Amino acid sequence: MNRRNVAPKQGLIIEAGRAERQYWQDLWRYRELFYFLAWRDILVRYKQTVIGMAWALIRPFLTMIVFSVVFGSLAKLPSEGVPYPILVFSAMLPWQFFANSLSECSNSLITNANLLSKVYFPRLIVPTSAVVVSFVDFMISGMILLGLMAWYNFVPTWRILTLPLFIAIAFAASMGVGLWLASLNVKYRDFRYIVPFIVQFGLYISPVGFSSSVVPENWRFIYSLNPMVGVIDGFRWAILGSESKLYLPGFILSLGLVVLLFISGIWYFRKMERTFADVI
Amino acid sequence: MSDKVIRVENLGKKYVLSHQQQERYTTLRDSIAKNAKNILGSVRKQKSKSSNNKEEFWALDNVSFEIKQGDRVGIIGRNGAGKSTLLKILSRITEPTRGRISINGRVASLLEVGTGFHPELTGRENIYLNGAILGMGKTEIKRKFDEIVAFAEIEKFLDTPVKRYSSGMYVRLAFAVAAHLEPEILIVDEVLAVGDAQFQKKCLGKMEDVGKEGRTVIFVSHNMGVVQTLCTRGIFLKQGTVYADDTASNVVSIYLQTLENTESQNLLERTERRGRGLIRLAAISVSTGDEYASNTLATGRPARFTFHLTGVRPKLACVFTLYNQYGQAIINFNSTVQSSEDLTNIELKNTLICELDELGLKPGRYRMNVAIMSDGELQDHIEGATVIEVEEGVLRGRPVISNVEYGNVCMHHRWVLPI
Repeated sequence: MNRRNVAPKQGLIIEAGRAERQYWQDLWRYRELFYFLAWRDILVRYKQTVIGMAWALIRPFLTMIVFSVVFGSLAKLPSEGVPYPILVFSAMLPWQFFANSLSECSNSLITNANLLSKVYFPRLIVPTSAVVVSFVDFMISGMILLGLMAWYNFVPTWRILTLPLFIAIAFAASMGVGLWLASLNVKYRDFRYIVPFIVQFGLYISPVGFSSSVVPENWRFIYSLNPMVGVIDGFRWAILGSESKLYLPGFILSLGLVVLLFISGIWYFRKMERTFADVI
Repeated sequence: MSDKVIRVENLGKKYVLSHQQQERYTTLRDSIAKNAKNILGSVRKQKSKSSNNKEEFWALDNVSFEIKQGDRVGIIGRNGAGKSTLLKILSRITEPTRGRISINGRVASLLEVGTGFHPELTGRENIYLNGAILGMGKTEIKRKFDEIVAFAEIEKFLDTPVKRYSSGMYVRLAFAVAAHLEPEILIVDEVLAVGDAQFQKKCLGKMEDVGKEGRTVIFVSHNMGVVQTLCTRGIFLKQGTVYADDTASNVVSIYLQTLENTESQNLLERTERRGRGLIRLAAISVSTGDEYASNTLATGRPARFTFHLTGVRPKLACVFTLYNQYGQAIINFNSTVQSSEDLTNIELKNTLICELDELGLKPGRYRMNVAIMSDGELQDHIEGATVIEVEEGVLRGRPVISNVEYGNVCMHHRWVLPI
């Protein structure tokens, strides 16, 4: 029988502390598992629901309406010269992505505990595919943004082309924090309760319902310690066009923090990974 | 290149048992509290308290062996001897604490049937998912899809969610996926304990094929018969170390001998037992003869098994099974299945008796597993509670010869011959 997919015959050494020598190579070899795990989660997610995928649209849409009414119409906060719903939604997109990734990611290892204790594969695949699933939701709710733009006759500028860059930053931020929470959650189930709290809290301390320009100038640098501030500002800068200004020092600080979180997240995850099967 | 596909050197795996903690997982508060305690402890120059409630446990200790290409190795040992830990390390699920393993070739391990099956997904979807989890690529699964479906015999239910499958269908599908992995080294943990007899046979056949194709199989089982038929070599693990490493049949007989050695000890001292434990099995006595005076059983003679318990509970029941030297079950006696000949006797107090008029077992040694129940609830269960010896005898006038290769039981019968 031909075995095209089998890796070339090669020696594998298992040793204490060094069992994952070929980790990154394995990650590549198991790349199809990313796809399958994400596919499974997407398939399963809306099984036995009546309106199915529509849930991915309804939740952000309703939140957007509430925020536009509360912050735009009632509190009358400045809108950077664009319709308030678009202002809210351009932040709602990355925020929902971040929040969903965080909750999915932190629970991903626990819900797949049976896999972790019975089969070998690079464990990094599990939380990553959880983020990928949230990314699919992100793409779906992106359609609402297109709908809003059409409704308000809003034409984005050339800056929209830089959006993939900011999406990448959002991805890194979600991964970084998600990996930390996922590996901590394996050992300390306290994080099951902490994560919903972070998500709920973060919605208000991140500039989702309002523009970060309402934050007093001398506080903005400190405000950017929240990595999502940089991500959201970046999204607004790219989507809203010329009216939106990017506060560069704060953005760089946020970006630095995202990179730090991402790298340290991978480092910590890799460090904890080898005991997952024993602890979970 | 040498033909050694697996080489294990001085392998050790340590677990730390903490006695104090009863929760399954640590909470943040605990570990903060513990750290604080440790800091305080070291300030006071006391011996760290945590060393009192933590105990090191070597699940595997200094294990070394080599496996050649095409070997079919059976790994046997009692519960807790380290078999599963060894498989987990070989399949890279956990890391060894020390030692070194080198492996040549693609390893597929089947530690559990149906790992990663998702109940909401259909059979078709689960084949892809499970295949990917076990390390197959999409094209590879596609190529083998029909073969897998045919092997599992689930054509009709391909698009039904597996949560609506019967447990047999579920297991068949799971094994089918795993059986088509085509790895160079296959690691299997007692997955054959499931499914009906016919399917088990099919699984065994498939595993034999894998072996015949020159691939290496590592197989953990408690079924000595299967180990002997399937494996060419055996490794007997005892308390985390290799106790014997030889041909499969030699290792099996060494294993059964050590089982018998532990059987001679006092039953109350046994720690490997299950059940609630409100009452325990204290002793078993076996007797024969017209007055049940002798205690060596013989074929065709009456036999009496007496089970002494530590106390009396309502609705006592006893189930026991006799196993032959290959570890295969021969006969089962169950007091919950009643007959009009059954008696009750209040003077028995805390003993249960099973009597039979003529013993239909061929001469040989039989191991006994016993379960004691009260009110339908398992109180005590001991594997290998005792070994009974049956001597040669006569069954209603016909001598019974001890040719165990032709089975273990004999029956009263008559011939009708032309001359």
